[in-house]
Amino acid sequence: MAASDTTGAAGREARERAAEYLVSRHRFRWPEALPWLLAIAAFFVFPDRMTFGSQVLIAMMFALSLDLILGYAGIVTLGHAAFFGIGAYTVGLACARLGWTEPVSGLVAAALVAGLIGLISGWFLLRYRGLTLLMLTLATAIMVQETGNLRSDISGGYDGLPGLTFDRLLGLFDYDLYGHTYYLYVLAVLAVVFYFVRRIVYSPFGQALTGIRENVRRMHAIGSPVHRRLVTVYTIAAAIAGVAGALFTQTNAYVTLAVFDFDVSAKVMVMLILGGTGRLYGAFLGAVVYMILEDYFSKMSPAFWQFGIGLLLVLAVLFARRGLLGLFEQAEAYLRKRPKP
Amino acid sequence: MPHVVNIAVSILFDGLAYSMFLFITAVGLSVTMGLMGFVNLAHGAFAMCGGYFVVTLTRSFGIGFVPSLAIASVAVGIISVPFERYLYRQLYKSSDLEQVLLTIGLAFMAIATFTYFYGPIPKSVPLPDWLQGDVNLGFRAFPSYRAFLIVLGVALISVLWYAFERTNIGAKIRAAVDNRRMAESVGINVDRLFTLTFALGSGLAALGGGLAIQLFGLTPSFAVIYLVLFLIVVAVGGLGSLKGTLLAALVLGIFDTTGKYLLADAGGFFIYFVVVVVLLIKPAGFYGRE
Repeated sequence: MAASDTTGAAGREARERAAEYLVSRHRFRWPEALPWLLAIAAFFVFPDRMTFGSQVLIAMMFALSLDLILGYAGIVTLGHAAFFGIGAYTVGLACARLGWTEPVSGLVAAALVAGLIGLISGWFLLRYRGLTLLMLTLATAIMVQETGNLRSDISGGYDGLPGLTFDRLLGLFDYDLYGHTYYLYVLAVLAVVFYFVRRIVYSPFGQALTGIRENVRRMHAIGSPVHRRLVTVYTIAAAIAGVAGALFTQTNAYVTLAVFDFDVSAKVMVMLILGGTGRLYGAFLGAVVYMILEDYFSKMSPAFWQFGIGLLLVLAVLFARRGLLGLFEQAEAYLRKRPKP
Repeated sequence: MPHVVNIAVSILFDGLAYSMFLFITAVGLSVTMGLMGFVNLAHGAFAMCGGYFVVTLTRSFGIGFVPSLAIASVAVGIISVPFERYLYRQLYKSSDLEQVLLTIGLAFMAIATFTYFYGPIPKSVPLPDWLQGDVNLGFRAFPSYRAFLIVLGVALISVLWYAFERTNIGAKIRAAVDNRRMAESVGINVDRLFTLTFALGSGLAALGGGLAIQLFGLTPSFAVIYLVLFLIVVAVGGLGSLKGTLLAALVLGIFDTTGKYLLADAGGFFIYFVVVVVLLIKPAGFYGRE
């Protein structure tokens, strides 16, 4: 890194300390096993709720992809649903129009297509910040949706593509009525994606992203290729969102243009904010809490639920800006009678 | 009149009426955003609120449409003040994200509340006779309601232009948009100015919401669906610029109407395409400061 003088002995020492810091952050910590153990436990405790469980895992993956760009790189987007939808439609269209029903290669295709669109749109959009960027991301998502609507002969329009069927998983595993296979399938994909994301955020590249979030001028000043870094992470996040979308199509066996709705972008943001941004597991906690609350309250009354979400957002902004995980950390710090970090 | 000219005149007329609606609703948002840089996604909720006030005033209290519009605007303007004082004020120095989250939360709560009281079914208003049917301008007839929109829009533009360019308060607002710190240091109370423009902007949004009922029907989701349009007008016009907002409203209103007339299937595609192109070339909008 260009931050220090790299020739002298002091510079070498500083570099070693920086390397040590990065490695120590990357090291596996035991509490990190907890969410995965819980996910496996859920499989045995709630065997009849696995269809819902798969949707929660997909929401986690989607929120994780947003965490990469929003939580780590500080890109505020209102159009992340575009990539979720592109992934969902890549698999949906491949299945309905081309007869490409192999699920795992479908995921790869979805990641590639969503990543490519992320690369192209990110290259144009990430020069802008603030309101302009908000509007551009929002407009891009709506344009993708309108394109789908324009060619409703292909996309199925707002009626969507119903009744999609996919091959057996890896040619071995059948899908059962309760979605057990799908749950394990989605969990496995989530684990792979999570490992990848974790590698990224603790790498020097991830540190550079955090630097951009905290002070973009200083990153420019030390010679960091800001635009290229942002486009790279935007592309990766788009590809992951695409995989989440593809899993959404595969587990539900249908897809409609509603996957591009502004609500979808807003919902994933709420999940992430609720859990806490820029901390990986915030996406997990937020998605679980959100999905369970939604499942419970929206059955009672959809209007009531929407009011609750709004109230949660307002309260989160006013009192818990770092999300539920942030609250936990504050409580922990308080209990240990240490000053807040 | 030849057919093509006839269609062109129709498009222009409808587009102009639509532009006036966009301008009336979005202008307050533009000025408040220019003043404080505050991303207010609850603006559409104030418009929706105004729309429902008009529905209640006309249907339940039997007040005329035009007086109802005036009452609803004033009422929403007053209601918006405590929101600005007690909620928005806390986040002036926060990031875009926090402002987005707070105001979208408020918008969701507003949608839920109005769904609870009014239901999700679109509402309409009873119009007075003189706003129904057509008005004949000599060479051809135009729908009266749209003519009313255009007349009202032009009148409001004149008033706002006078207030903005020729009055003391207008000069203060322009000064604060240009350079807030400098304006404060010469003794302008920007906070009070902001409360005033916020109330005025919300009142105008309510007026826009009331006017929109006849055009699009009114459902609680109005707060989010049309919000995107208002934000686009603001972003394309440039924050805090009256001229920019008017130009953006005209361009987008006429483009959108043309697209919907000539290529109904493409729907909203054109307007967003125009937005992306304009913002890529001029990120701060037509009259924004780079």
